[in-house]
This record gives sequence, structure tokens and C-alpha cells, in this order.
Amino acid sequence: MAQKLIYFDHAATTYVDRRVAKAMEPCFSRIFGNAGSLHAYGRAAKLALDRAREQVAEVLGSQPAEIIFTGSGTESDNLAVLGVARAYAQQGQHLITTNIEHKAVYRPMEELAQDGFQVDFVPVNQQGLVSVDDIINQVNDQTTLISIIYANNEIGVIQPIAEIGRAVKKIRADRHRRGVETPLWLHTDACQAAGYLSLSVNELGVDLLTLNGSKIYGPKGVGALFVRSGIKLKPFVFGGDQEAGLRPGTENVPGSVGLAWALTLASHLRVEESQRQSELRDYFIGRLTQEIPGVVLNGHAQRRLPNNINVSVLGVEGEAMLLWLDKYGIAASTGSACDSQRLEPSHVILALGHPYEYAHGSLRLTLGRSSSKKEIDYFMKVFPGIVEKLRQMSPVKHE
Amino acid sequence: MSKDVSSGGQNWAYSEKVKDHFFHPRNFMEKDSAAGEFDAVGQVGSLACGDIMTMWLKIDAAERIVDLKWRTFGCASAIAATSVFSEMVLRDNLTIDQAIKISPQDIMEALGGLPARKVHCSVLADKAFRQALNNYFRSRGERERVLTDGSRIIDPDLNITEQEVINAIHQGAKSLADIQARLKVGVGRPEVKAEIEKIIEKHRNKEDQPFCPFQKN
Repeated sequence: MAQKLIYFDHAATTYVDRRVAKAMEPCFSRIFGNAGSLHAYGRAAKLALDRAREQVAEVLGSQPAEIIFTGSGTESDNLAVLGVARAYAQQGQHLITTNIEHKAVYRPMEELAQDGFQVDFVPVNQQGLVSVDDIINQVNDQTTLISIIYANNEIGVIQPIAEIGRAVKKIRADRHRRGVETPLWLHTDACQAAGYLSLSVNELGVDLLTLNGSKIYGPKGVGALFVRSGIKLKPFVFGGDQEAGLRPGTENVPGSVGLAWALTLASHLRVEESQRQSELRDYFIGRLTQEIPGVVLNGHAQRRLPNNINVSVLGVEGEAMLLWLDKYGIAASTGSACDSQRLEPSHVILALGHPYEYAHGSLRLTLGRSSSKKEIDYFMKVFPGIVEKLRQMSPVKHE
Repeated sequence: MSKDVSSGGQNWAYSEKVKDHFFHPRNFMEKDSAAGEFDAVGQVGSLACGDIMTMWLKIDAAERIVDLKWRTFGCASAIAATSVFSEMVLRDNLTIDQAIKISPQDIMEALGGLPARKVHCSVLADKAFRQALNNYFRSRGERERVLTDGSRIIDPDLNITEQEVINAIHQGAKSLADIQARLKVGVGRPEVKAEIEKIIEKHRNKEDQPFCPFQKN
């Protein structure tokens, strides 16, 4: 029997859509010029880059000049967090975030805390949701930045960004009335949300928004950052004047074009794919939690990305599950310490207030455009046996 | 600080031998044992740290290990390490004294190597065995044979080491009574009690951080 290959790791990265690859193709050897050059080659590259910027802006409802292309989602997050914090350090050194951020926000926040900034990591509730009040209550007149992930990469829980956006506007108006000049900006990491949720920066009320290519069927090695006009950022890479001097380095034209097309395509498919994947997700969660004892869903059941399934399989270690699944041709991921370089379990699963065991036994299955009910049924055919085998081997007994 | 760039990312890098033992584990305890079926049992590791192993030993009059069974909760390397260790002991009908000589390094070699961050798994297999042996020695009143492994002796009457107390805390013991239950010994001397309580205070699991001594290689 030919081995089936099933990819349930779309939150890690996606394959590049054929249409995206096709749009990128001319940018490798035909439109190869340096977008900063005056000659025809340069102008052609500049034109492609400008068009890509317009496309991204169109999806976000922003001005093209408000889009900066970067090298990755991580770089965009770093530029937003470090950039705002340092640019406004004279006016305030207080930052607010959550305890379930992606490391690309979490780590620069920790760096800033070491540099003397005051950083509040607001805890989420047991469903992985942050409360708007908990965020807003932390704000003081020194607060310059709030950064909250739109939808978490591990548990897919969707945060109330638009509500926080509205609250931020009120705070700004209040500061204005009181003559407080310290600005307050709202950043969100939308890498996982793109393709499933609205990216309208005005509806969301965000001032900075992170995107990348590798989660939306676009290329890896390219990210974008929306920066609302008028916001100052202090760069951390120095060189030429590319990307308004905020991200120097010869522009990645194929990457930017790929990201732009991937985003455009994702916005067209958004409603249809969200509906389709939500149904698959609920079917999958239903079968996992009903057919296998000791399986617990991590994160809110409804307020989660249409493609995210994250469960803890009690009494079973995550890496062992992954190896068995891999043997059956199924790709998934885990928050277990065993699977991390630092031997630390997932900070996101721990943030839900569960014991460590939940993190070690966590399994993330993320759907995508290629996912089907048939794949889920195949998974459910092999997975209960894997769990039984590993539980039999474990000294920790459940049920 | 220099970093090994090539080992970054999610590289499992397990040898064929590790995978073989992981997918086809030898000698694991499939069904719960009947009382008296084994002569000793030892456990190390903790759920919080992500690795926990239990080892059962059956020892004959000539001190040969005639049966060794195990259960492991942990990653592939932890499962494979216990499996290969059981094979090494049983294949050659080793005596206690011979089996004690198997080092974590030997386990690693038998597995065809382990990724650097998984080396602690081979140490765990060795520790589980030594804990089972210590429990065996104590149950037979052979205190002088208890393996102290260079760890400080807390109770000279029973040869209880600091490491054993730490292991028990590590497995969830929170009080002197818990420690006594875990090690199946009654501690008599008041100065020993005080010492154990001091160790508990020092090593008790912090609310937000488990204490995982084996993972600090």
C-alpha cells in the first residue's frame, strides 16, 4: 500500500500556491534589477515592488507607503516592538503584551525589560483569551505600545483586537484632553490570522500589523509590517535607504511579489475556506475528544482559527506521538519540552493554567487548503492505536 | 556565545537504532505485575519535566538479573534508552555487579548516539536502574551496598543520599512523610529529619517552574 502523506502542520508553514509561484517566476531572472537603480532593469524591479506594496495595502485598507517589506514575520514583530519602544523611549517606557505571544514578540519584550523598560505580560484566561479590561487597566501615561497577537499560533485563539483598538482610541482622546503628549500605539501579529480573519487595519484600529509569506501559501523569507503614517520607528538594521530606511538591504522583489499575491489570493478565498475548514475543525475536535479518552481541547472551542486543533493527550508525550504519526505519513507538531531545543514546554499551553503534563502531551493539528475529511478519517484510524500503545508504555496511568 | 547553527530548528536526528527501539520497544511492562513477581522497583524523573521511568527487577539467588521490565513516559530517546538498557542487561544474563558497570555512555553508544539535547535520557535509564537496586538493597537490609554515586549521605543508618531525596521531591514528595513513603524507609534521627526538611525547602517545585535536575547537562 502506498504511504499516504498528510500535512496537518499548516501553522508551521504552508506550501507555495502554484499561482503565487507563477507570479514570482519572472522576478528571478527577467525582472532581476536592483529596485534602487535608475536604469530600465531597476525601474522594472521598482515597478514590481510598487505593485506588490499596493496589493498588500489594498487588502489592509491602508496607504501603500504604510507597508514595509521585511525578511520575515519575526523581523516585522521585532521592528514593531523594538522600533516603537525605542523611538518613544523619551516619552514613556511602559509596554503591554500578553503571556501567549509568539516568541517573535515575547523575546524582544524581554530584551526591552532587561534594558529597563517596564513590560506587563497580561495573562490570558483558561480559554486562552485576554480580557480587554485586563489590558486597558494596565495602561498608564508612560505606556507607548500594546502588542497582542491576533490569533495565537499554537492554540489559534482569536483575541478581541478591534475592541482593544476602540479602547485605545478612547485612551488617546483622554490623553489629548489632559495634554499628555505620550503616544499610544497598538500592534498585532496577524501571521496566523491572515487568510481567515479580516485584516482591515481601520476596522481593527491597529497602528502596526505583522504579516509574513510563509503561512499564507506564499514564499518564506519575506514579511511585511503595516506602520500607520506618522508613527516613528527606530530601526535595528543600518545601511541604505530601502523601505524608508527602516529595513535597509536590496529589496527582495520576488519575495515581496509572492507575499502580495499570496495575500490577495488569501483574501479572495477567505470566506469560503474559513467556512470549509471550520467544519472540518469541529468534526476533527469532536472525534478526537469523543473517541479517545483523556483528550482535552486547548483554547476556546469557538473563538479559534478555522484551521487550528490543539489537544492535550494525557499520559502521552508529544514527541513520541509525532514520531509515530510521522511513521504513518502524518505531519503534526507539539508543545512538549522534548521537541524544543531549550527543553522547555510550550509557554502558551502553560499560560492556560494547566499542569506541565498538558504541555508535554499537547498535539497541534493545523488544517489548510489541501485538508479533507478523508485525511481526518485516516488520522482517526491510526491515532487511537498510537495513544493506546504509548499509554501502555507509560508509568503514569490515567482514567 | 557561539551557537551551533546547524542544530537549530526541529531536527530530531535520531539514529536508526533509536528509532528501532522506539518503534519496537523491548521488555516493557505490558500488564501490571502481580504482587511479588518482581524483587525491586525504582522510579526517576517527573511528569512536570516530561520524562518519568519506572524499572522492575527480578533477581535470583546468584544475583543474576533474570528479568527487567520498564515503563517510560517521555520522548523517543527516553523510551529507546530504557529499551536498549533492558536488552543489554538481559541478553548477557548480567549479575547486579556487572549491570552496575553499564554507564550512560554505554547506553548512548548502544543507541548509535543521541542528539546533544537528549543525552539526559540515557542518564535517566541508568538512574532508574540504580534507584531500583537501592530499593532492593534496602529491602534486604544491605545498607552498605546502597549506591551513593558520590552524592552526600543524609542518613548514615539507611544510606539515603541527598540525590535520592531530591529525586523523591522531584516526583512530587512535599513533606518528610512523603519522602519516607517514597523511599519506603522510616527516618529516625532528628538531625536527619531536619536535613531532609532543609532539602525539601531548597528543591520544592516552584509554582511556575519544575525542578528538572537530569536535564541540566
